Amino acid sequence: MNHILVANEVTKQFGNHTALKNVSLEIPKNSIYGLLGPNGAGKTTLIRIINQITFPDKGSVYFDGELLKPEHISQIGYLPEERGLYKSMKVGEQALYLAQLKGLSKAEAKKRLKYWFEKLEIGDWWNKKIQELSKGMAQKIQFVVTVLHEPKLLIFDEPFSGFDPINANLIKEQILSLKDNGTSIIFSTHRMESVEELCEYIALIHKSEKILDGKLSDIKKAYKNNIFKVGLETANQDVLISEVQDKFQLLSHDYDITEKQLNLTLQLPSKESRAILDFLSTRANVNGFVESIPSANDIFIKTIQNKNIAHE
Amino acid sequence: MNKLPLIIKREYLAKVRNKSFVIMTFLSPILMVGMILLIAYLTQLNDNEERVIAVLNDSGYFSNEFIASEATSYVNFQDLTLAEAKDSTLSLGYYGLVYLPSEPNLEQVAQRTFFYSKEAPSSIVLNKLENTITSRLRQERLRELGLSPKEYAEMDRSYNMNIETFDGLQNIKGINEIKAIIGGAFGYLIMMFIIIYGGFVMRSVIEEKTSRIIEVIISSVKPFHLMMGKIIGTSLAGITQFAIWIVSGAILLFIGLTIFDIDPASLTKGGMAPGMAGNASVDVDAVTQNIQLYAQEIFEIPIFAMLIFFIIYFVLGYLIYSSIYAAIGAAVDNETDTQQFIFPVILPLMLAIYVGFFSVFSNPNGPIAVAFSLFPLTSPIVMLMRLPWGIGEGGVPVWQLISSILILIATFIGIVWMAAKIYRVGILMYGKKPSYKELYKWLKYSS
Repeated sequence: MNHILVANEVTKQFGNHTALKNVSLEIPKNSIYGLLGPNGAGKTTLIRIINQITFPDKGSVYFDGELLKPEHISQIGYLPEERGLYKSMKVGEQALYLAQLKGLSKAEAKKRLKYWFEKLEIGDWWNKKIQELSKGMAQKIQFVVTVLHEPKLLIFDEPFSGFDPINANLIKEQILSLKDNGTSIIFSTHRMESVEELCEYIALIHKSEKILDGKLSDIKKAYKNNIFKVGLETANQDVLISEVQDKFQLLSHDYDITEKQLNLTLQLPSKESRAILDFLSTRANVNGFVESIPSANDIFIKTIQNKNIAHE
Repeated sequence: MNKLPLIIKREYLAKVRNKSFVIMTFLSPILMVGMILLIAYLTQLNDNEERVIAVLNDSGYFSNEFIASEATSYVNFQDLTLAEAKDSTLSLGYYGLVYLPSEPNLEQVAQRTFFYSKEAPSSIVLNKLENTITSRLRQERLRELGLSPKEYAEMDRSYNMNIETFDGLQNIKGINEIKAIIGGAFGYLIMMFIIIYGGFVMRSVIEEKTSRIIEVIISSVKPFHLMMGKIIGTSLAGITQFAIWIVSGAILLFIGLTIFDIDPASLTKGGMAPGMAGNASVDVDAVTQNIQLYAQEIFEIPIFAMLIFFIIYFVLGYLIYSSIYAAIGAAVDNETDTQQFIFPVILPLMLAIYVGFFSVFSNPNGPIAVAFSLFPLTSPIVMLMRLPWGIGEGGVPVWQLISSILILIATFIGIVWMAAKIYRVGILMYGKKPSYKELYKWLKYSS
């Protein structure tokens, strides 16, 4: 079995509102899977279905090869976007309670909490009340509680919100090391730079439908359209620009007089870049030549815009 | 693994450790007992106040009719004019002056008799004086008809109706009031418990919603378990609180009464009419006999059955109402939005209490009492108010009791099912102030 989670044509309706429409997903094991989409697209509903908080009207979900059932709850860890803790309860007590709800024994939960509290340097918070902690501190505890029962599948919804850059980095390292230890991770976020950094696979959900999914590197390849960025050293930019414009499709250009640096963005008809390189090398010193690969952000925006146009 | 005990434990501890809950638990009995002691003490103080009343008797009547009692004593003025008597009364600091003028006959004496006092006299004093004069008048009128004072005394014995049920059991006056008090106490207890602890359940649900922990919890437990755990945990905290109140209240009251040396009887005596207190010639045998009769009647009340039915009605009634409270808590985002939903919930409770006090006590088996003891939202209170009159013959017919409980159970299942649905949808719904129409829509959502 290569997939930790498979969703088949999942549809969910709330009254007249369709939250999910025939969404199918395959989430590979031991990878970080980015679940992307604008606000209100249906991501949270899908996550709630995976957590069995709600149930699909149509379609089925398989967890590790089996049809999703209540026993799987203890193998899933979920850090919701809207998260909080009991304000007047002590940190240790609360963490123990939540861990026991996930099926851990009290002794085991205590042992693991100790380990994690030391790892994240929060050991002396045990007897503090949540209302005495800052938001970022409470977030750390929530993270610990989510991963404590060592689930096979972790679902993080905006895990970095509320963290300062240092702690965000700390959490990111923990997520990566969890993945290295064999955990599969679903990662839902709007922050595209963390998608680039972390996700191997992505799915894009828009207006209740999945409009794109696959390996991030494959998607990027598919979204490349032969745009190249060229850096040239020349004293005579005007001549060069007009020459280039005659032969190729020039998208943009800028010139730095002091450095005598001309930067061009070119659209080529095919992947074939030798012709332009040959041409340029006879005219000036080429000090940069790189194919422009779309960022996840570009893909996100472009796909959704295309979809919206198609709808109209 | 069953997570319900874990949830119950947490909810219980969260409630019991809450500071305001702890303060309420220990302060309430002190305040209550303090108030009772204060009232008792003041009553006693009032009783102990010695009143001296001056009597200026210019008439030929009244020689030793004014008999001193524990709170009042009389001083006879002689050979004084009315003006002098008034001055002396005032300067001696007496409570007041009775002036009986010189007139040809008693009727006229009575007509012209005045009571002078610094302020308006207390009704007790006035009553006593009026009784004395009335009694003397009656004696005089009868004497004119040819009756001796001895015959008059013989004639003045009061009469009490003998009452019996058809079964031949001796009945006594006032027992219906006692039954009403017992039934009312049970009904009132249920209402208070539902309102106080239902409100706690609701606030606890709102707290989970506003602190956003709900989504964390709900991914590990079923909403229904969370709701039931909350209701049960809170009610256990409530029972703990009630138990502490009763035990510590009783102990404090006992200690207080001992320390301040207050006679507990003085608390109940206040309720008696002043005229009755004056009529001190009740013989001791009759009193003990009456007490025995009351005790017998109270034992006639099916205490054991009442306790069992109290528990049944209490549990079912509380579960119905607190799951409604939980659903309300889930439907709103903050406490201010709860008002529109709370009122329809409290309404049947209030109605039950009013129906109980105004209809059940005067006619425990009348149509209104029967209807409200079958209607599930009022039956826990109204039926318990009817039960002191017995079950079966003369009391609540067995079929009514059974159908009332069956209707209650059916309602319980229905309401908890509906509340659980609203709860499940509501806890994950933010930023909406729901209408009743919206709630109806939630009921139809599939899970």
